[in-house]
Amino acid sequence: MKTLSKIALIMVVSASLVGCFNKNKPNYQFFPNMYVSPSYDTYGAYEIFPNEQSAMLPVENTIPRGFKPYELEHSYEGYQASKDILDFPIEVNEKNLTTGSQLFTLYCAVCHGDKGDGKGILVEREKFLGVPSFADQGREIVPGRVYHVQTYGLNTMGSYASQVNSEERWQIAMHVMDLKAQLNGTPGILETAAQNQNNTVQETESDVADSEETQSN
Amino acid sequence: MPRIDQYIITHSMKQVSFINLRSKLPFLLLALMLTFSAAVYAQDEAAEESVEDTSGADIAAGEALFKANCAACHRLDRKSVGPELRGVGQKFDRDWLYKWIQNSQALVRAGDPLAVRLFEEHNRMIMTPFPGLSETDIDNILAYTDQPKAEPQAAATDAAAAASGAGGGAQGGVSNTILLGALALIFLLLVIMLFLVYNTLRRIAVAKGIHVEEEKEKRTPIWKAFIQNQFLVIVTSIVLLFAASYFAFGYLMQIGVDQGYQPVQPIHYSHKIHAGDNGIDCNFCHSGARQGKTAGIPSLNVCMNCHMSISEVSEETATAEYSKEFYDGEIAKLYEAVGWDPNEMAYTKDPKPVKRVRIHNLPDFAYFNHAQHVAVGGVACQTCHGEVEQMEVMEQHATLTMGWCIDCHRETNVALGTNEYYAKIHEELSKKYGVETLTVAEMGGMECAKCHY
Repeated sequence: MKTLSKIALIMVVSASLVGCFNKNKPNYQFFPNMYVSPSYDTYGAYEIFPNEQSAMLPVENTIPRGFKPYELEHSYEGYQASKDILDFPIEVNEKNLTTGSQLFTLYCAVCHGDKGDGKGILVEREKFLGVPSFADQGREIVPGRVYHVQTYGLNTMGSYASQVNSEERWQIAMHVMDLKAQLNGTPGILETAAQNQNNTVQETESDVADSEETQSN
Repeated sequence: MPRIDQYIITHSMKQVSFINLRSKLPFLLLALMLTFSAAVYAQDEAAEESVEDTSGADIAAGEALFKANCAACHRLDRKSVGPELRGVGQKFDRDWLYKWIQNSQALVRAGDPLAVRLFEEHNRMIMTPFPGLSETDIDNILAYTDQPKAEPQAAATDAAAAASGAGGGAQGGVSNTILLGALALIFLLLVIMLFLVYNTLRRIAVAKGIHVEEEKEKRTPIWKAFIQNQFLVIVTSIVLLFAASYFAFGYLMQIGVDQGYQPVQPIHYSHKIHAGDNGIDCNFCHSGARQGKTAGIPSLNVCMNCHMSISEVSEETATAEYSKEFYDGEIAKLYEAVGWDPNEMAYTKDPKPVKRVRIHNLPDFAYFNHAQHVAVGGVACQTCHGEVEQMEVMEQHATLTMGWCIDCHRETNVALGTNEYYAKIHEELSKKYGVETLTVAEMGGMECAKCHY
């Protein structure tokens, strides 16, 4: 009888030990004051903050370091004006294009598709419908408009300004223009840029030649 | 090193999942039945749709065009970015609609009074021009949108299917119980039979006069004999001491380790659906991982970028464990938190913060930088966080102990060839150590001050 009660005791103790493990609760800590920061955590909840939320928006009329202002507003007029921006404020080169391509794969390709044909995985799975191809004739895909839509969103597409910064948005726009060129079968953005440069160089050269001719005359 | 508490954990978890499996069986059957009945219904629908309507427009072609061009902003019965479109063909003049759909902005600019009124009514939202759609295409689309809302029959079929499905599910449950009951009965019968056989044999033995040994002679109790043998006592106590210190060490070592920690979050978020089934990159939401120390809990505007349009999950998303109603309820919680009104398609209420429970938490005295590992080192998220894309409920995969960090730093070769970032240090260090490949540790990844400050 004694042994039986002992076995029962062991069973109860081991069962309660196993039962004490709870996946929903964090484990014990040695010296919690070494683990937990006395300063406010980024995503903490503290009474001192409005809504108890330590994650707050930047103070009004301040800008973060490295911020580049964008003058067009989130409005009908701003959207129309963005279509007139045909150049990139950053240099069109392979490095920017590669970064843009990587970022496009991360943030845009789920809907717009890796080729920009509007057939991303979310469209294939019918989560989103009607995502247009960049080659769609009804849409004027120009750098300024691509940047504007990324910044403020348009119709169903939301703003991605919180995920990609200003420079990255221009890099993505660069890749979008490249994809559009590929879809239309026209030369890519790097070739076009190189050609433009050549043209200007040639123009200046011919200008120089002209002036030399006039001088010799 | 393996520790006893971990064994207990895995064991208890296994048991739980087994129990779940059994209770899931009826639901699986139900799902099977529903899928089957849904497939039958879909066939009927397809058959109906290929029929042309009275005016000769092709409804099926219209549906395809609608999905490809209009569905981004319009739905049939509910306001989306643009207004709902059921019956729109009856509301406006057909020729005006052709012009509007092909280029609404041109109409507005031309000063067409109806166009200007609509444009102003909808907050000057620009509808994309569709010059590629011919008048026949538009006729087809309008034939699709003007279809009356024919749901009752479908609802009845669904109800019937649900009823038969429920019947099937209940049957499955009963048969399970019967099966277990039958097994228990057979076991009981076996025990009784054995008992009877034993009794019979004994009776035969007694009848034949064979002596069955009943009791053994009295001996010294075993524990007394044990105490008398000093050698055995010493050996046993040493073994017990070792065993006790082994378990005590194991217990002490797991304090502060939260491996397997799986808290209940205020809004259920399935990484399996988002990152797994839909293939959304981790960086899409955790955009901080590329740029900074923390990967970041995505702010709710990131959720809303997609969920502005997706207010309910599809039938296929629902599983036996989590129903469609459950998931839709969780999306409703998101709307509540950001103050979004899905019927008005606008933010109407004040936002409330969502108190998520942090899972991966390094102690304050250890420094870890996500960008350094993800962007520079090119380490996959799954290396430390496990197969997150298969987790319905997020849990901590790694131990996040110092030993775990050091192990990886010792074993991981730095991608020197493909990463210009390391070019100079590689040149110097490979000369110093005389090696071609460098581990993180050889690059100084084990210096105290790299992580402790």
